[in-house]
This record gives sequence, C-alpha cells and structure tokens, in this order.
Amino acid sequence: MAVTGILLALFLIAHMLGNLKVFTGETSFDHYAHWLRDIGKPLLPGVWFLWILRTVLVVAVVAHIVAATVLARRARAARPVKYAHRKKVNGSYAARTMRWGGVIILLFVIYHLLDLTTGTLNPVGDASKPYGNVVADFAPERWYVTLFYTLAILAVGFHLRHGAFSAFRSLGQQTPRGERRARTAALVFAVLLCAGYLVVPFAVLTGLVS
Amino acid sequence: MNLTLRIWRQKGPEDKGRMVTYPVDDVSPDMSFLEMLDVLNERLILAGDDPVAFDHDCREGICGMCGLMINGDAHGPQRGTTACQLHMRQFKDGETIDIEPWRASAFPVVKDLVVNRSAFDRIIAAGGYVTAPTGSAPEAHSTPVAKANADAAFESAACIGCGACVAACPNGSGMLFTAAKLTQLSLLPQGQPERYTRVIGMVDAHDEAGFGGCTNAGECTPACPKGIPLNTIGRLNRDYLAATAKGANNTPGS
Repeated sequence: MAVTGILLALFLIAHMLGNLKVFTGETSFDHYAHWLRDIGKPLLPGVWFLWILRTVLVVAVVAHIVAATVLARRARAARPVKYAHRKKVNGSYAARTMRWGGVIILLFVIYHLLDLTTGTLNPVGDASKPYGNVVADFAPERWYVTLFYTLAILAVGFHLRHGAFSAFRSLGQQTPRGERRARTAALVFAVLLCAGYLVVPFAVLTGLVS
Repeated sequence: MNLTLRIWRQKGPEDKGRMVTYPVDDVSPDMSFLEMLDVLNERLILAGDDPVAFDHDCREGICGMCGLMINGDAHGPQRGTTACQLHMRQFKDGETIDIEPWRASAFPVVKDLVVNRSAFDRIIAAGGYVTAPTGSAPEAHSTPVAKANADAAFESAACIGCGACVAACPNGSGMLFTAAKLTQLSLLPQGQPERYTRVIGMVDAHDEAGFGGCTNAGECTPACPKGIPLNTIGRLNRDYLAATAKGANNTPGS
C-alpha cells in the first residue's frame, strides 16, 4: 500500500504542477501538453515515454487496489460476528473512509480519463486543444461537473491525509515526535494538493481563465 | 441506581447467541463494573437462572483477564481503565448498557462474555522471549541501557494482553499487542540476538491466528487500558522491513 501509494502521490504532485500551467495562457499550456507526448524524443520514438509512465501508473493503481482488497477481506474475515453496539470509530474521518473513498476516487479517475484524456465526455474533446477542453469542461453552465470534480478532489485530499501518514508508518516511522511531524506533513500535503487542483476549475468558473 | 443491561448470552461455542435484557435495581455507584455483574449473577442464581459467564481475576487492572465491550467501548467509557477498575459512577441512573464479548475470529466465544485468547499465547510462543543465561541475577550495571530505550521498552512492557486492541480495531488486527510484546525486547540489549527472527515469527503467528491487517486507523491506543502508543507499531514495521531485507538470519548460534 505504502510504496504504490507514494508512486501515485508523486504523480499527483507532477499532475498538479502541470495543471497550474493553465495560468500561463493558452499557448504555453497547449505547448506543455504536447511536450508531455514528446518527452525523451531523441532517445525514445514518439509517445514511448508517456506509455512507460502510463504502464507504471496502471501497475501501481492495480497493486494498490489488490493490496487494499486483501486488507479489506482479511478485516471482514477477522470479525465474522459484528458488534450489536459499536460507536463510530474514534479515529479520523480520513482513516474511516479510506475504502469507500478509494472506490469513489477510482470512479472519478475513470470519468476523468474519458473526459480529458480521450475527450469522449468532453463538450469539445479536441486532443490538440487541451486548454479549450479544460475551459469548456468547467464552464458555469456545467456547474455539476465542477461540483463532482470538487467532491472527488476533496475525497483525494482525505485519502492522502490518512494515506500519507500511514505510508510513513508502514515504512518504519517509529518515534512519537516523528508521528506528530508525519501527521502534520500529511495534512499540509493534502491541503496544498487540494488547493492546487481546485484553483483551476474555480479560475475557469470565475472567468479568470477563459 | 437502576439500570437495564443488554448482555450477550451464548451457551457454548456452537450456540448462535443473542442479546438478553436484564433489569438491575439498587446498584451502588461505588461498585465496580464486575461487582455489578456479580450482583446480577447472585440474583440470577437465586431465581434459578444460569449466571452470566465473564472473565476476571485480579480485579486490580494488571492481570488482563477481564475484557468486555461496554456500550461499544472496549473496557467501557473511561480511558486507561480495565473493566474491573471501572466504577458504576461512570454511568447514569436509568441507563441501558450493552455488554458484548470481544469480537474476533481469532478470539472464539467460549461462553457468554468469555473468549478464548490463546491466539495471543501463540504469538508470544513464536518469539516473545530472549535467550538468557540462567543463574543468579547479573550485576545491573554490566549491561548499560539508554534511558530513552529503557522508558520506551517499559511503556511496551505495560501491555497486559487483554485483547482490547483487537476488540476496538476496525480490522480486527492484533498488531498493537504484537508490537508491544516485540518492542519491549527489541529495544533492549538482551533482545538483540533474536531480534529479526522474532519479528518474522511473531507477525507470521499473528497472521496465521486469523487477525486482520493493520491500516494505522489508530483505534487501538485509545482503547488500550495501558495506553500503549501507536508508534509502537512503527517500531515493529521498521524491524520487519530490516528483517525481510536482511534475510533474517540471526538465529542464535548461526
């Protein structure tokens, strides 16, 4: 869980930084998006690098889901008879919603790929004009897309808040002081990432990016 | 105090079991929770009924025998307290109290509120010991221990093995117990010879017993009557990583 989660979190950072290029204008953003397809070009032909990256990400996602399923199945088997009276757990909302949160994030990722990678569900859906796709996607009259996107990003934020701390712990974070630091770092990371992702649709919504 | 108890009654391991309601009148707020159950049992016996079976021994919070899920809290609402040290003044007059056994497939119910916790013994048997020369006690100064390590090891050694961590864990994991029993040894010089075989053996025994996996949900520490800190599990994780990376060949004599 920890290793695959860290790989995916690193991708989220890179993806967020890429998104923020939307504020540098249409030409620059489209140029960046086309460059993504050409990374490593003299060395690797065409979109090879992109496909290597996609393969790594898919393997990480599948391994992450397999590990989560194993844990969930073990948890179910470990308590065959449920408590008649059980309070909501003491721990954080983030820790308690990891499993359903993960399912929501997976559904969002599928939608997101159909929307902005293949363009199937995008009102413009022109692969050569990523900037136009983004602007059309979060247009004020498509407020429900922005709402769903916001909820999904918040789910990612909660998932990361517990996930980042849990990854540190699984990889051997062992002191009480380090635990406080790891929890703070996870919270700051989750908030920054959420803010970085949400600023784009709201900039489109308010007309800052058009 | 007048209370209504809803208690899990199960005749034996094969019985399906159910919650049964018992009104209990004239409970003193100064009684311990187990004394209140004793009063209920005396009344049940006088009425010709089967008394409620529950585990208990020292009744001073150090033996680890008692363990009840009280209103959904392992050992009841008071933190850092075993069920035997919990007093009825923690409850309100007229309250309904639900009492259930620990729920885990590794802890099968023997009868009513009594569960079989020998899965913990198997974890201990898999590595919760040190090889030490027998004979008279060695001179204390001959093996220096850093103060921080001594304190952390002592904190882990406070574990009484009651099983509240398993009962409270949403995954039914016994990782806090395993980590406590492991780090009380791995932090001390005497525990070094088997340090890495110990962690592999104990984690394997934990998984074989049918406990769930730890997801760092953090439910165990608030439920623990001895307050074993959550970072104890991080110590176990670090030893486990080191052991698997090294191939764990530090069996004594090898």
